[in-house]
Amino acid sequence: MTKAVRLELNGSPVAAVAEGGENLLALLRERLGDTSPKAGCLQGTCGACTVLLDGEPVLACLTLAELADGRRVTTVRGLQDGPRLHPLQEAFMDGFAAQCGFCTPGMLIAAKALLDREPNPTREQVIEAIAGNVCRCTGYTPIVEAILDAARRLAGRRG
Amino acid sequence: MRIRKELFADERDDALRLVGQPVRRQDIEGHVTGRSTFFDDHPVAGLLHLRCVRSSEHHARIRAIDTSAAERTPGVRRILRYADLPKKAHNILTIFNFGIDDEPALADGKVRYRGEPIVAVLAESRRAADEAVAKVRVDYEPLPAVFDVEEALKPGAPLVNEYIGRNWFRYWGDYDCQQIRFGDVEAALRSADLVVEGRYQMSPIEHAPLETNGCIVVPAEDGRFTVYTCTQGLFFSLDNTAAQLKIESNRLHFIGGTVGGGFGGKVDTVVEPLAVLAAMLTGRPVRYVFSRAEEMQVSSPRGAERIYIRDGVMRDGRIVAREITHYHDAGAYSRLSTYGTIKSAAHHPGPYWIPNVRVDSWCVFTNRTPSSAMRGFGVTGGDFALESHMDAVARAIGMDPMELRIKNAYRDGDMKAHRKLTQGAALIECVQVAAELAGWPLSEDARRDSSRVGGGGERARIPPTPIARTRAPAATGTGARAELPRSGTGFAAGEPRRAMTPPPSRTGGTGSPSTRPEPEPRRGEPIRNEPERREPPPEPPRPASGGHGAIRFSSVFGSRRR
Ligand code: FES
Ligand code: FES
Repeated sequence: MTKAVRLELNGSPVAAVAEGGENLLALLRERLGDTSPKAGCLQGTCGACTVLLDGEPVLACLTLAELADGRRVTTVRGLQDGPRLHPLQEAFMDGFAAQCGFCTPGMLIAAKALLDREPNPTREQVIEAIAGNVCRCTGYTPIVEAILDAARRLAGRRG
Repeated sequence: MRIRKELFADERDDALRLVGQPVRRQDIEGHVTGRSTFFDDHPVAGLLHLRCVRSSEHHARIRAIDTSAAERTPGVRRILRYADLPKKAHNILTIFNFGIDDEPALADGKVRYRGEPIVAVLAESRRAADEAVAKVRVDYEPLPAVFDVEEALKPGAPLVNEYIGRNWFRYWGDYDCQQIRFGDVEAALRSADLVVEGRYQMSPIEHAPLETNGCIVVPAEDGRFTVYTCTQGLFFSLDNTAAQLKIESNRLHFIGGTVGGGFGGKVDTVVEPLAVLAAMLTGRPVRYVFSRAEEMQVSSPRGAERIYIRDGVMRDGRIVAREITHYHDAGAYSRLSTYGTIKSAAHHPGPYWIPNVRVDSWCVFTNRTPSSAMRGFGVTGGDFALESHMDAVARAIGMDPMELRIKNAYRDGDMKAHRKLTQGAALIECVQVAAELAGWPLSEDARRDSSRVGGGGERARIPPTPIARTRAPAATGTGARAELPRSGTGFAAGEPRRAMTPPPSRTGGTGSPSTRPEPEPRRGEPIRNEPERREPPPEPPRPASGGHGAIRFSSVFGSRRR
């Protein structure tokens, strides 16, 4: 059983045919060529596959591909505005918030969902927002700091 | 971060351009934009998916493997077996002429740990491969298993690895363990004010990289294979894959360097050889990636190390003797544990000047998951034990633990147990700074002490050293050895090689080959069961060659940059 899925990926309309039971992660990575969401566990425990579905963070490995039909999907490739990096991306770069980089796309998406909802989060809210994202390299502190830093940068941009 | 440039300022040129400055990782822009290309991010059409049937038993003989239902599964293209392996057993250090080829890439008629790969299924989809794997029936004859290093050394323990032929690795031809002998430990223990003993146990630790081990192999028209891989040692893995497949290394093109977390867990080269073999046999591109469950269960963790320490201590805080027995649990196969054991011996007795030292470091085989490299393996476990023990000694004699460390710290000019003169010591200064930052009061003497004074002279001497060689307690598993194997190919035990100092990529320092020719280890030779022989003290056993691993070790225990 296959199903045609049409969705808006990072602002562009795209379409692909999904196998029955195929997950959104496979659809994005293998059929739509966006390999930025990562497969760290394929069982909903690591958060490396996190994407936004209509602005809400979801685990793409546990989301049926066909559920994305007619909806908006945002991956880390959709964060930047043309050549201009998102303040989250800049803050991660300046704050050493990525080492191997494998958790980073999911981490940035979880952080984006938080800042969209709460532009001025507390440290506790940041920790809560990335609680489902495992990072084996950084020890989390630089990530938390970078997200707080990004919130300040965003406020500055809004100015 | 603050760099204490005032320390040893006269010894250095401090015109540092990068140290102390924040520098961006060169790959970080790719990471934050989702454009870094990990091995699994290469689009390859027409992939076959490789999945392994894994042992449910810790130790068993395989009576039969029934793959008929698996072969009938739609989408299955081929099943790889032991018979397909060009080289029947391999160890990743034998390419450096160290160690013994002791591990088959697919089970050789016996499984030695739970999760060991038995056959590999190649199918058009991951799902079909998983379905076929579930349909393979393996008929096991369970064997007694051993999970504890000391149990494994006891007479009559089940023999784990027939290629090794005993449950411990024999070093340099004739040493049952890595041995350091310096001074007369027994006499010093007898004359010490008190003896402080401790037993320390490390747990196996899984690296748990967020990206699991894996690779994608693409056959090229010119007979070569492109291998996208997450290995930490690109050329180390390339050479090992070529050796295991008995092909020229120029037929392999490894592409990698973007590693989704390694920590030592991506050097064992466990996925590439099977995947390249599969591509050779099918002519198709092949993807072999560990599931998260496989990563946790079968990728090699840090080994369980057990360390016994016995110190002879004087009331004034001097440690006059230190005796260490360090067991490394290699699991069922050597991987890099033979080397980790050497590292531990090179690390003991820690950053202290102790006039009488005796170390036995054992590499022991058990039916646990093979262990291997992980972040200072051999050294981290040793430090955990040594520094815990320093605290125990301090408590036993009622001395401040910082003062105890300064009192026993090695100083410039001191002879180490490995017959190297200490240079660039900085432990005392490290302790002083740590005490200051922690607000920990030190005595005036301790605060004024320096690594540059008090060493050398008498302390530069190599003391008279009675060489008592340690032997394994007994021969093991003689019964088990006689019956193997059933597969007909035989345990053509990996050819033992000459012993050399291995410099594994990314884990070692500046190893140089030992020039001493080693006798071939004789398999099946009866193990001498003498307690200890007192031999004339000629050349004491040499642990590792001079500079081996020194860079890594000394950074752990405080030496200064010069
Ligand atoms: S891959 Fe989806 S949560 Fe780990
Ligand atoms: S940077 Fe490696 S897992 Fe987070």
